[in-house]
Formats: sequence, structure tokens, C-alpha cells
Amino acid sequence: MSVTNAQNAKNDDDASRLPEQAEPVLRSDSGVEKRRNLGVGSFFLLGGGAFVFLFPFYYMLIGSLQASPDTSIFGAFPNPANITGANYVQINESINLFRGLLNSGIFTGGVILFTVIFGLLVGYALAQMKFRGRGVVFGMMLLVQMIPFQLLLIPLYVMIVRDYGLADSYLGMILPFAINSTAVFVFRQYFLQLPSTLFEAARIDGASELRILWQIAIPLVRPAIVTAVLLTFIGPWNEFLWPFLVTKEQSLQPLAVSLANFISNIAGQAGNPFGAILAGACVLAAPAVALFIFFQRQFISTNIGSSVKG
Amino acid sequence: MSLRSSSGNPVTGKPVGGTADRRLVPRRRKNFLGPQPLGLLFSAPYVIYILAVLAFPLGYAVYISFHDFFFTAPRVTVDRPFVGFDNYITVLSDPAVQRSFLNIGVFLIINVPLTVGLSLLLANALNRVTRLKTFFRLSYYVPYVTASVAVVGVWLFLFQGNGLINTLLGPLAPSPSWLVNSWLAMPTVALYVTWKQLGFFILLYLAALQNIPDELYESAAVDGGNKWVQFWNITVPGVRPASVLVTLLATITGANLFTEPYLLTGGGGPDGASASPVFIMYQRGILQGNPDVAAALGVVLVIGVLLIALIQKRLVGGKED
Repeated sequence: MSVTNAQNAKNDDDASRLPEQAEPVLRSDSGVEKRRNLGVGSFFLLGGGAFVFLFPFYYMLIGSLQASPDTSIFGAFPNPANITGANYVQINESINLFRGLLNSGIFTGGVILFTVIFGLLVGYALAQMKFRGRGVVFGMMLLVQMIPFQLLLIPLYVMIVRDYGLADSYLGMILPFAINSTAVFVFRQYFLQLPSTLFEAARIDGASELRILWQIAIPLVRPAIVTAVLLTFIGPWNEFLWPFLVTKEQSLQPLAVSLANFISNIAGQAGNPFGAILAGACVLAAPAVALFIFFQRQFISTNIGSSVKG
Repeated sequence: MSLRSSSGNPVTGKPVGGTADRRLVPRRRKNFLGPQPLGLLFSAPYVIYILAVLAFPLGYAVYISFHDFFFTAPRVTVDRPFVGFDNYITVLSDPAVQRSFLNIGVFLIINVPLTVGLSLLLANALNRVTRLKTFFRLSYYVPYVTASVAVVGVWLFLFQGNGLINTLLGPLAPSPSWLVNSWLAMPTVALYVTWKQLGFFILLYLAALQNIPDELYESAAVDGGNKWVQFWNITVPGVRPASVLVTLLATITGANLFTEPYLLTGGGGPDGASASPVFIMYQRGILQGNPDVAAALGVVLVIGVLLIALIQKRLVGGKED
């Protein structure tokens, strides 16, 4: 049963991967056809969409540099007379930006580390090792993705904050996100694409499973690690509710939490509240946006598609 | 361990060939666990994690919801009597809770159709475009990958009373402005979430679109079907499984709503018009110290989501699934 399942998954996966690998060829083949299909309307649709999606980011940057908030239409254009870095100084005085970024980094890094290490182990085991209970583990992985966080919110709070006393600690922040099942799924999909004969040969040569994983499997699925890191990054870097519940001490709060507290509590007292908020927002947004622009090739639809296809 | 698995493997390379060797007892035990029993060890951290951090709290949530549960100092044992459905009655008769479910209903009515329609349209256009492809893709991902807290800031700036949106609208601007207007607060939040999450759903549809064979479009073109005919008769049915997934995920996002109303409308304002059930859970459970009531609300919410998901699957999924 589990063998046929794996076989099916493998075929299915091969099929879904094909377009990506053959992309350059396909494009040049059907490019003419596709260009003909794409009317002016669609191009305008995409352009208008891109404007709607990008404008707030541009406006965020402009607003963060304005000495006094200009909400007229001219405010959307850079005005040398109204440009200042004071908002960044101001937000940094209210909430320590560097400390916030560091906390966000530790929180996110911890989640990524757990996800990658344990995800590689279980992903490899599910894809290339035959053992009793593999079907159960796989079924579990699918079920996990359906567990709603609202149900876990209260019991996790009771357990982590009250019972284990992990409030105001990095571990308390990381724990509920430590293993990302979507990333496990990505690893499994990539390991499934490797021919099993490769691993059988290594086993015949007497290599231990850990060594096969480390020296053969992992080097072959490096793109999967990048994809998993990117997918995992979004969660903790942007997470607000859980670290908000866990951290009361400002020096331990991720930037998203301290900025949110600034927005809801302190902003009113600031001289140029929106400028300060937008400056903080720019600092919070910049790492994620930069990362995704840099790695955009790895962040493609086939990966996302295969990771949620189940 | 490694030697064993290496010697066992050639035999079991063919499925279920393991019974062929009858030399040793350990060998048989190893076969009982499969050719690579180490897989169990590799899976162990993941399995233990799921049991401890997901499965156990799931049961604990239900336990809490049926008991008189309150916060105590760590390691203090107190009596927590079983109270049956008391917490559920408290929750369901609370007007603030009823209001929050109504709010989430408003949210879903706006967010789900908008998400499905826009992401399918944009993904379809994106799938065909050849120029500026990377630029378009990136521009749609950017809101999705950026922290909600960050972009909430700029939406507050845009939608405030004298913000750019109202400046552009001039006399058409709503009188109590968007986020402080009890009729517009929730729709504005829904619009924000649609905008924020659309990139992810576009990605899902892009993946689904690649599974539709080009031949279908070619034969439709030969038969004289124009672009709209092709879109309605090939694309829309072709991505139906993705549509089921997108509606489901959009609904789950809506049911998990917390950050956006908390920050955009200052914690569910005006007058609870944008309070979400998760916000009420936070308020009742953690701020006011009634985790039992909040846990019951969580259970009700999840049952609600499951029901909606079933209905959606019927509506969108058709009978093919």
C-alpha cells in the first residue's frame, strides 16, 4: 500500500516538476501563441494590479521620509524641502530598532534551524527509506496542516506561558512554530525525485543512513533548502499574535511586536506619529522584501503548488 | 546498524521480498520494522513534536472548554470541576461573540469571492505574459511576504480621515472615515486582507494553470472559441481543485483574523464592529482570565469553519471530487 502510494506520488511529482525544468524550451515554443492570446486588456490588468500592489510600499518609503505628513496628492511625490531622516531617529528612540531586528532574527532563525534539521531528516525518511509506520507519519503530516491555530491558542498559552514558565523567552516564542510541515513536504517532494538506486548503491557500499543523507542526499537537494528557508521565513518574521502573547518585556520583543505596540499605544504622543510608524514599517519590511527579490527564482509557483497539493 | 541495513537491502530492493531470508532472528525483527528501520529514528523528532505541541494541546483545548478552568501559578494544583456545556452557553449567548461571528461573515462574503476572482484573473494573465514577467510576479508577492504589522502602518496612513484615499475621493469620501465607520470598518479590513494575501493565492493558481494541457486551448481556438469562451470552459473547470483549496484557505485565514482588526481599528472598533472571534478569544481568555470560555469559543469557531468548508466544497467542487 505504502509502496504504491509512494510510486504514485513520485509519478505525480515528476509530472508537476516537468514544466519548471523544461521552462526555457516551452517558452520559446509556445511564446508566439501565448503572446497572441494576451490582449492589451490583460496587460493593463497586470499593470494596474502591479500599481495597486506596489504603491503602498512606495508610499511607505515616501511617508517615512516626510518631516510633516503630506496627505495631498503632491505628498505622493518626493519633495526635497520636506525630506528628513528624523522619523527613523524618533522610532529608534521609542523602540530599539536594532534590538527588535535582532529578536526577530533569533526567533526566525530558531524556527528555520529546527525546521530544516528535523525536516530534512523526516523528509528523507519519508521519501527514500522503507520502514514500518511510514504511512502513519505521512498521514500525520497531512493532518497537521489542517489543525487550526485558534484551537491551539489557549492550550498553548496555558502550557507554554503558565505551566512551563517560558514567557519572555526565545524558546517560548519558537516552540509552536518549530517544525513547519509545509517545509517537510517540500523536502519530501525533492527527495522523491532522486533515484532510489542512488541510495541503494550507497547502502550496499556500507554507508550509514546519516552519512547518505549528509553526503549524497542533501547536496542534491540544495534548492529545496533555499525554498524551505524562504517558505519558513515568512511565518515567524511576520508573526504577530503569538510573540505578542508570549513577550511582555520589550527587550525581547520581535520588531513586529514592538512596532505594533508603538502603533496602538505610544504613537499618539509622537510628534509625527505616521512618520515614525512608517519608518519602523520600512525597517521591518526591508529584510523580507530584499530576501525575496534576491531569491525570487526559488520562490516559484511549482514549489508552493506541490507543497500544498497534499 | 549501518552494516545491517546495507546487507539487507539488496534482498528487499524488490518489494516484500524480505521473507526470503531466514538466517537470523535479528534479521526478522529488522524486517518487521522495514528494510530501513532507522527511518523511525529519523521521523521521531517530528512525530514527538507533533504529539507534544499539536495533538496534545488539541485535546487539552477540548478539555479546558468543558471545565471550570482558570489561570494559576505554575505547578499549583487546583480543583477544576467539569461543567458540561456551561462555557459554550456563556460564549454563544454573549452579544460580543455573536457580533464577532457576524463580522467574520461580512469579512468572508467580501474576501472569499474577491480573492478567488482576482487571483484567478491575475494568475491567468500572468501565465500568458512574456514581458516583464519577473517584475509582475515580484510585485504580487511583495505584500504577501511583508509583515502585516508593517503594511498596516501605510494603510492607516492611506485610509485615515484626511488620508490620500479621502483626498482623492474628495466629496465622495465616507463621513466617519473608513476605519472608524461602523459600516465600513470590516469591509476595509477585508479589503486589506485580500490585498495582502492575494500573491499567495496567485501562486496557487499559477501552479494549477500549468497542469492544463495547451492542446485544450488549441482545439478550442480551432473550433472558434474566443478568449472568454476558453477562460470559462477550459481554465475555470481546469483549476477547480485549486479553487476548492483557495476558498478553503481564504476561509481559514478569515477565521484566524486577529492582527489586522487589532491594529487597523484599534482592537475591534468602532464599538466591536470589526472585532474578530480570535480577538474575543484574546480578550476573554487572556486579558480577562477566562481561558475556559475562550477555549469553547475556539471549538465553536473551528466547527463553524469545518461546516463552511463542507458547504464550499459542495458548491465549488461539484461532484467530480
